[in-house]
Amino acid sequence: MKEPNKISAKEITPPATYFNRRKFIETGILAASAVATGIVYRTLNHPAAGKVKTAKLAGLTTATTNAADGFRVDEAQTSFDNITHYNNFYEFSTDKEGVASAAANFDTKGWTVSVEGLVRKPKVFALDDLLKISPPEERIYRMRCVEAWSMVIPWAGFSLSKLIDVVEPTDDAKYVAFETLLDTARMPGQRSGVLDWPYVEGLRMDEAMHPLTLLASGIYGNALPPQDGAPLRLVVPWKYGFKGIKSIVKIKLVATQPRMTWNEAAPNEYGFFANVNPEVDHPRWSQATEQRIGESGRRPTLPFNGYAEQVAHLYSGMDLRKIF
Amino acid sequence: MTEKNLRFAKLLVLVNAAVPATLLAWDAWHHKLGANPVNFAIRTTGMLALIFLVLTLAVTPLRKLTGLNWIIFSRRTLGLYAFFYACLHFLIFFSMDRGFNVSGTLSEMVRRKYLIVGSIALFVMIPLAVTSTNAMIKRLGGKRWRALHRLAYVAAIAGVIHYYMQVKADVRQPLAFAAVLGVLLGYRLVEFWRQRKPAPASAAAKPKPGA
Repeated sequence: MKEPNKISAKEITPPATYFNRRKFIETGILAASAVATGIVYRTLNHPAAGKVKTAKLAGLTTATTNAADGFRVDEAQTSFDNITHYNNFYEFSTDKEGVASAAANFDTKGWTVSVEGLVRKPKVFALDDLLKISPPEERIYRMRCVEAWSMVIPWAGFSLSKLIDVVEPTDDAKYVAFETLLDTARMPGQRSGVLDWPYVEGLRMDEAMHPLTLLASGIYGNALPPQDGAPLRLVVPWKYGFKGIKSIVKIKLVATQPRMTWNEAAPNEYGFFANVNPEVDHPRWSQATEQRIGESGRRPTLPFNGYAEQVAHLYSGMDLRKIF
Repeated sequence: MTEKNLRFAKLLVLVNAAVPATLLAWDAWHHKLGANPVNFAIRTTGMLALIFLVLTLAVTPLRKLTGLNWIIFSRRTLGLYAFFYACLHFLIFFSMDRGFNVSGTLSEMVRRKYLIVGSIALFVMIPLAVTSTNAMIKRLGGKRWRALHRLAYVAAIAGVIHYYMQVKADVRQPLAFAAVLGVLLGYRLVEFWRQRKPAPASAAAKPKPGA
């Protein structure tokens, strides 16, 4: 009789093979799980990357005035790649490294800018008409973010004063109010209640008329990429970056100090003037030093971001510790 | 769970928890940390410390809810990784951001509330790491050891507050951490309260007025 339960000796897996198989499977699981963990890490936590391409600006000139005017800072310029992949633009994403991809398809066709308020010649400009007011000049400015990092950016644009002159402000115009596009379809970040949309900013008239105050339409000789505020943005180099409102659709001349988004979000942290000042700390962090993007270590922050010679007189007699 | 499987599970946790650190180091070496690499590394390690703190605190509730007693093995490894990432977080801040400037780092830490809170989180984890060995558990005795290791709650709470305090406007992520932590700590409160409940009959347990 044959015993059904008896397993013949040659059918039993030899111990050596059994343990090898176990080792083999374990190594496989270990490797697979490590790869999976790696993919999860990469998906959740990756710095921005990708090519950015915009049209070349026609007729770009280098500003005729010399360096003493502050128009062209003689410091190493931040790479195009870093300028276009490290952005504070909450209309697209609150993640500085996520703005570039979130803004990639932002469509600015048919863009208009309404210049209105206390002016004799209010006008809704088609973007192209507005840009014809003056040929773009290259201005190399320091950019100091309130978060204590900085860049050196070769902007293209012209002084805001040239646009203001065109619309002829009345004597009552004491301030200039700016407004960003409000469109939750094109600016998905506006669906969140992180800030009170649309983003608004403002300048005092003398600040707005200062030659350094720039209406920028490009960087590195090309049109502004979406993540940097396409198609038109403000650049005020002696102030913290948040004063440089992006994707402007409205400029209004007014009699009283206009609202500004960050001031309303946290009045004790962000003042109307927001001049770069190493002596006045942000309530939660120091403003004495900054991380220049592309450099290692920190460098000291300069009063008025290094433009004191050009702009300090605008604030003489003001206690900039109290009025920050 | 056989001894062999348990050993393998330990190895799995050990290796996988090291993957983020390895990739971070790899990316740093290849200059792939973006425009502000120091800040990126500080943020990443801080986030990992919080994630591992939360994972550590999730082990006990998971074990009780699922009945899978053997998963307790992972608690020590996860906790030590939380400490490891928190140390890395501080060391990158101290070395790369503050340039090894001791007085500068200290004065900055004293003046900024979020840094004080963050330091509390890091400091309370030191005794936990030191007493994480079997020998130390034996030396302290289970009861005292467990009492000491409730400091993990302090570390996690302080860690989340530290994160919340430096966010400019978008508090969604720190709030998400706070919510998960709330569930994990809430579970313990409920458990604690349930275990106390059957005892009120004994007069000795009742607090006396004025005592």
